[in-house]
Amino acid sequence: MIDKVASSVEQALGTVPDGATVLVGGFGTAGIPNELVDGLIAQGARDLTIVNNNAGNGETGLAALLKAGRVRKIICSFPRQTDSQVFDGLYRSGKIELELVPQGNLAERLRAAGAGIGAFFCPTAFGTELAAGKETREINGRQYVLEYPIHADLALIRAETGDRWGNLTYRKAARNFGPVMAMAARRTVATVHSIVALGALDPEAVVTPGIFVSKIVQVARSATLAGGARQSV
Amino acid sequence: MAYELRSRNEIAARVARDIHDGAYVNLGIGMPTLVANHLPAGIEVILHSENGILGMGPAPKTGAEDYDLINAGKQPVSLLPGGCYFHHADSFAMMRGGHLDICVLGAFQVSATGDLANWHTGEPDAIPAVGGAMDLAIGAKQTWVMMDLLSRKGDSKVVAHCSYPLTGIACVKRIYTEYATLGCTAQGLRLIDKVAGLEHAELERLVGLPIAATS
Repeated sequence: MIDKVASSVEQALGTVPDGATVLVGGFGTAGIPNELVDGLIAQGARDLTIVNNNAGNGETGLAALLKAGRVRKIICSFPRQTDSQVFDGLYRSGKIELELVPQGNLAERLRAAGAGIGAFFCPTAFGTELAAGKETREINGRQYVLEYPIHADLALIRAETGDRWGNLTYRKAARNFGPVMAMAARRTVATVHSIVALGALDPEAVVTPGIFVSKIVQVARSATLAGGARQSV
Repeated sequence: MAYELRSRNEIAARVARDIHDGAYVNLGIGMPTLVANHLPAGIEVILHSENGILGMGPAPKTGAEDYDLINAGKQPVSLLPGGCYFHHADSFAMMRGGHLDICVLGAFQVSATGDLANWHTGEPDAIPAVGGAMDLAIGAKQTWVMMDLLSRKGDSKVVAHCSYPLTGIACVKRIYTEYATLGCTAQGLRLIDKVAGLEHAELERLVGLPIAATS
């Protein structure tokens, strides 16, 4: 019997080794797996490479992981925010490595990892400093840059509803990086707001098939309700 | 001769006039978001947000925000009937695959041949952040820039060669400004329109580059 439902965040995360590459879903307020990031802080792994669109906001979640000195390198598209003071300080003092990746390349490099693609030629960033030193090729009169996949040990994502096979649906724009990150990691842990019986999810509406998911864990909904509710309900 | 510059809303309205019925459009963060308020009545334009929305609608009323429904600028938005959600790889495939008709971006500088600089000032202590700018610049069928022609110091932001780090090469087709609308071509700038009373020679003086007259 397959049962991917974990009883706690701690159980869902299992052992995360030092030096692991960890994908963290979310964009803005939508889809950030805060409970799993808090779990990673509690779990203790160090020397991590983190992949996220941003580099932490405020003092909680990813920013707290950075502040705890547990992240060696961050791969992201948009580190600079009004409230990215934790990252800004680490970066300016040379305590964290930054690999800046155009957002679409970030998504496609994750997708490529999940799809078993060795590398791909992409027109984004050709002729810019983000393509400096990279292999290029002209194909049908257009210039492309060779980009490599981003493989990871672990993906932490936030979904909406799951079943014990790990099938997932998402909610609105909280989907963002979830599906491609789930594909790209050797192990994927998803939080969900509800767990339903097998067969209850409309098979036509499953966004991430359970084959890409290792564990799901139910958490309270927060900051997602119309009406601006930020508290758990 | 006296002339009056276009306000930001007037520039947005000028951009909106060039958007065709049925267009799939991405409006960049900042000034371009104003374009949504000026789309002509009677046409249907589908707005794309790169975090995974087609059919994006206006900001919801205060108190009705949904923090799972935000735009690329991370502001609460709404979904129009017929709109849908998708993941990031699909969203950027819509750009790079040439499915989006028009993308409107802000800029630090645009060259006469359409090179774009809008992601990084290149200052040594600046923390670089690119987001979707490089994907957007080269992805849509047409990339337009909406910006003030002159910097705060009074320098033209339309230049022979960008001094800021590039976002994309020869990717901008049109520049909408408070003085004029300019086309970028392999041969240089071309005038599309200008505010009433502004002499062609005065516009060329402000820009500091030759501008081919409208044929």
